[in-house]
Amino acid sequence: MTAQAVPHGRATQKAPAVAEVHIIWITAGLGCDGDSVSITAAMQPSIEDVLLGAIPGLPKVILHNPVLAYETGEAFLDAFYKAEEGKLGPFVLVVEGSIPNEKIHSDKAGYWAAMGTDSATGQPIKTTEWIDRLAPKAVAAVAIGTCATYGGIHAMQGNPTGCMGLADYLGWDWRSKAGLPIVNVPGCPVQPDNFMETVLYLLYQVAGMAPMIPLDEQLRPTWLFGATVHEGCDRAGYYEQGDFAQVYGSPKCIVKLGCWGPVVNCNVPKRGWMAGIGGCPNVGGICIGCTMPGFPDKFMPFMDEPPGARVSTGSSSLYGRAIRSLRSITQSTLNKEPKWRHTRAELTTGYHGRS
Amino acid sequence: MATTTATDTQALSKKQQIVEMNWDPITRIVGSLGIFTKIDFANRHVVECHSTSSIFRGYSIFMKGKDPRDAHFITSRICGICGDNHATCANYAQNMAFGVVPPALGEWIVNLGEAAEYMFDHNIFQDNLVGVDFCEQMVKETNPSVLAKAEKTSSPHSDLHGYKTIADIMRALNPFTGAFYREALQMSRMTREMFCLMEGRHVHPSTLYPGGVGTVPTVQLFTDYLVRLMKYVEFMKKVVPLHDDLFDFFYEALPGYEQVGQRRILLGCWGSFQNPDVCDYTYKNMNAWGNRMFVTPGVVVDGKLVTTDLVDINLNIRILLGSSYYDDWEDGETFVTKDPLGNPVDKRHPWNQTTTPKPQKRDFAGKYTWVMSPRWFHKGDYLALDTGGGPLARFWATALAGKVDIGYVKATGQSVKIYLPKTMSLPETEFEWKIPKWSNTIERDRARTYFQAYSAAAALHFVEKALGELHAGHTRTWSDFKVPEEAIGCGFHEAVRGVLSHHVVIREGKIANYHPYPPTPWNANPRDIYGTPGPYEDAVQNTPIFEENGPDNFKGIDIMRSVRSFDPCLPCGVHMYLGNGKVLEQRHSPMFGVLR
Repeated sequence: MTAQAVPHGRATQKAPAVAEVHIIWITAGLGCDGDSVSITAAMQPSIEDVLLGAIPGLPKVILHNPVLAYETGEAFLDAFYKAEEGKLGPFVLVVEGSIPNEKIHSDKAGYWAAMGTDSATGQPIKTTEWIDRLAPKAVAAVAIGTCATYGGIHAMQGNPTGCMGLADYLGWDWRSKAGLPIVNVPGCPVQPDNFMETVLYLLYQVAGMAPMIPLDEQLRPTWLFGATVHEGCDRAGYYEQGDFAQVYGSPKCIVKLGCWGPVVNCNVPKRGWMAGIGGCPNVGGICIGCTMPGFPDKFMPFMDEPPGARVSTGSSSLYGRAIRSLRSITQSTLNKEPKWRHTRAELTTGYHGRS
Repeated sequence: MATTTATDTQALSKKQQIVEMNWDPITRIVGSLGIFTKIDFANRHVVECHSTSSIFRGYSIFMKGKDPRDAHFITSRICGICGDNHATCANYAQNMAFGVVPPALGEWIVNLGEAAEYMFDHNIFQDNLVGVDFCEQMVKETNPSVLAKAEKTSSPHSDLHGYKTIADIMRALNPFTGAFYREALQMSRMTREMFCLMEGRHVHPSTLYPGGVGTVPTVQLFTDYLVRLMKYVEFMKKVVPLHDDLFDFFYEALPGYEQVGQRRILLGCWGSFQNPDVCDYTYKNMNAWGNRMFVTPGVVVDGKLVTTDLVDINLNIRILLGSSYYDDWEDGETFVTKDPLGNPVDKRHPWNQTTTPKPQKRDFAGKYTWVMSPRWFHKGDYLALDTGGGPLARFWATALAGKVDIGYVKATGQSVKIYLPKTMSLPETEFEWKIPKWSNTIERDRARTYFQAYSAAAALHFVEKALGELHAGHTRTWSDFKVPEEAIGCGFHEAVRGVLSHHVVIREGKIANYHPYPPTPWNANPRDIYGTPGPYEDAVQNTPIFEENGPDNFKGIDIMRSVRSFDPCLPCGVHMYLGNGKVLEQRHSPMFGVLR
């Protein structure tokens, strides 16, 4: 009789509040698909852990991502149309790539970014139109990578497209129909496990098994972006001793060679890039601030010593409040985007067509 | 002269039934590509194809005025799967412009990183993206009779890879549930760990610089790499025969399949893996050091190697417009009139290009894409070279040139031998890639698998060389430099899916002009000003249809396989959309007007 009995321990397993959650993923921003590629590297959890139900308590997850999809063309877009019509069931919207300003065209039929073709007009469906259609229907909206979160490399000074982050486009106080703010997971590209872990948290939240996701002012998960690069860097001991690398390839602190680690919010040196391997300053790569709203402009030229670094490094024996408050001023500047990233019908990046 | 293959008119034995079939977006690639076709379902072939890309970002525009040292950090962000190829190529161009030569150890570390990139990227693309087009679920939906045959066909190499029948291989390729699909995904992670050991982060590296690398060279670094490499070497001893079995089966099961995705043999390869014994990054010596790269640069026209000289390759690049959303630059500034050897530089060369975007309505009779049309000028023709998805052109050029011999890899003049030493459970193995009869879908895919083995074999050589430097006490990985006020530079490399060049002009210490040309503009481009279609268009346009479905449930699998065989990566430079199956026209073929 025991062979057929319900196992005693099954009582530990709770059914999620929703049976199925879809992930609708738009890669048609101005990006490089590097974040989609990055998540295929994740192991904590891996994409197959989530899709094949290898994590307890999760609803069934159905992924609609163009890089990984079985279907192509209209068959792939079917879920997008259903989501728009409210017929798909609960879905998390993931946006990858920065959002171009489509209000600045002199030829109104022009476009910077699109996915799919409108069957009525035969013209491409703009990425901004997809966001307008889908965001109001999503239980949560996640911006993956620095392009989608804050604008990133394609929103550099002098860019022709006037592009911006998702929160610049939808508004920083935007809330999903379930009451969630936009969730930003920056990084260029995103650190693989940082993203999958955030998705896992959101899935638990949607399943009714976790409280509201904790976010900072820049809408980043606090447990991932609360510390600086420097605080997690294993070369900080050299910094403390005032022992700085003069050439690339040295194992010492590389802050004089262009590393912005002391003022950048990111966990990569601590976590490594994957399986604890790789990273940035911990393995000899200067931190160029790629997780920050001020990236890239406020960090260029990358290979020069950061302006604040000399003050800080010269007085590295002075620990405590003084250093932290000096850095917090720099940090708050770097945590703001340049002013040309906006939705107004004008291009203010400095590009004026052919000179 | 147009570079298309003549349309096969013999096939028009029945009254034509032309249906518009479009796929937008094309999935399981990187980036934004649409393929718009007209298909004759009566005669089962593709009549017309247009390829379109719907994204513009503007690198050449926003890089103007920036510090030239930032070029590799910025251009890495062009591509989310081979960003490091861009960073590396930018470093090559910077090294030339700045006049700096990295220490040999720095160069070996870059080669090890780039080898890991090929091992990772070809692996994930082949077995997690392309592989799905050959998986059981797909073949069941498109060609049930082929699946039935696969169930009855034993795998010739089942003793090596463990899959008894061809259908077992197909099942193993089913997305997420297939065992080989998941094994490949895991292997793609291990190879990325190898990559991160050398270049810090995937896909945008942190440790690359002009002048060398910031990677700290230790015994541990190379041991960690080598141990993983040997696991990959063992994996390749199974994967190469597995793909040979699968691809050979398609030729056998579907006679005529060699015509799918076939086009004229017009292949370009810009060379890969610098040899620090000779590479001094000077333009004047570029032909000499280019010929010592561990993948030989070359252009193959109708099966003949017409050059291996990077100077020749460089000077004959032409960027044409015709169907792209840009203003022309004929009246724009000429940045470089002569190269450092005194050769004239064309106005349509990347050094002299000015990019001015002009967003507008999409019109397949006019302008329809954001991709320009790169061509290679040869004997009066603007050749629409393709990259064969990368590996096919690399092998073809390297094999014919017969220059590479590092023991682990040897180019013979008509083939490339690849040696893999003993691993944990398998004995030493030598594969030989032989020049195929066709430049087509199956051969592009087959070459990819073999190139994974090539990269692993080359990496074994690079590990030996790097350890040799370390053991000799040569631990410097980076050389200092000054950015000149005025300079020009160019870098040539092989991105995973094919030719990659970066051209920079520096004035007053800043970037005055910068034009990267990745593989996908070469492959995914539209009809140029002379009406020559791009390679995808050309390859798809001549494809017979073997899919058993009619227009109502047509998946376009033969077209999908053809496009994906090029390994599209559109951030670098294309969308497919399944239309509503609208019948455009039905007319009698002029030759067989009386039939039916």
